[in-house]
Amino acid sequence: MQYRSAREAFLHGVRTLMPLTPGVIPFGLVTGVMAIEMGMSPGTAMGMTLLFYSGSAQMVALQLLHNGVLPVAIVVTALIINLRFVMYSASLAPHLHHLPRRWTWPLSYLLSDQSFALFSLRFSAQGQDRFTHYFYAGTASAMWLAWQLSVLAGVLLGASIPESWSLSFAIPLSFLALLIPNLRSAATLGAATVGGLIAVLAIDLPYNLGLVLASAGGVLAGLLIESLRRSPLNAMGPDDIERETR
Amino acid sequence: MSELALWGMFLAVGVGTFLMRLSFVELYGRWRMPELLNRALRYVPASVLAALALPAVVYPNGHGEFVLGNPQIPAAILAALIAWKTRNTVLTLAAGMGALWLFKLAGL
Repeated sequence: MQYRSAREAFLHGVRTLMPLTPGVIPFGLVTGVMAIEMGMSPGTAMGMTLLFYSGSAQMVALQLLHNGVLPVAIVVTALIINLRFVMYSASLAPHLHHLPRRWTWPLSYLLSDQSFALFSLRFSAQGQDRFTHYFYAGTASAMWLAWQLSVLAGVLLGASIPESWSLSFAIPLSFLALLIPNLRSAATLGAATVGGLIAVLAIDLPYNLGLVLASAGGVLAGLLIESLRRSPLNAMGPDDIERETR
Repeated sequence: MSELALWGMFLAVGVGTFLMRLSFVELYGRWRMPELLNRALRYVPASVLAALALPAVVYPNGHGEFVLGNPQIPAAILAALIAWKTRNTVLTLAAGMGALWLFKLAGL
């Protein structure tokens, strides 16, 4: 289906995102509740949500704040988590780079795992037409709104949830919910196992270095397993990322 | 942490994340990502998420002090099984929290 107007493409993007919101809302709620439980004011919590616009980095930052880690170490860790956006940016660039900055800057801020996945799916199925970036803008703004509203709901609920509910456990649980369904290859499984084990063993290193060490170790393990399993017949091509996200 | 340090941290993460999201959209045609970096980036989410989740489950107090009879461990294993079987976020969160409360009630 080719779009006849910008409006049609944008609204189709919004509608395509809707089925993904049940997976987003619980994370947003937990993030908002946690921020309040850490003693943040509602304004601070929402300021953090607007500036980060990245659920996993925000939850990680909250977890590290909870552990009393130095701000510099928190920044480094959050940015490591968000390194994946560099990869998404490289995949989106051929489709967005020709637009003026008043488009590319806001569309880049709105980039999320969900809108990237939907855009790649749409683009590979339909090819590009002159309204494709409106479709992306529709998915990306709907995702942004869903996230901000669910964090806000968590912020408003926050104060009314008692300590005895052990809600801080929801953070590692939500990392598991993000992680486990994506462990579909030996290399990813290896990366997660090595990363997790190093992090547990190196917990007492200063400046949260254990996490950095664990992430590097996990990535190395993934690369190693991938190259061991790779046969010359199915060597990696440049469009592997797009294939993996389908 | 002081209010100022907190906002400084938010701003640094916000600006850094924006620059990563913008990177190739802005630089298109001028710089190509090396193939090895491209492959390495694919393993970042899995290793970082595991490195965050495991210590938070094993050490409930936030530092390297192993607690005997920590109900978070069986609850996390149950949640992981649910996540693997159903790939459903809501179910995973509900099962993990439910199991934790149950184990705590049972005095484990």
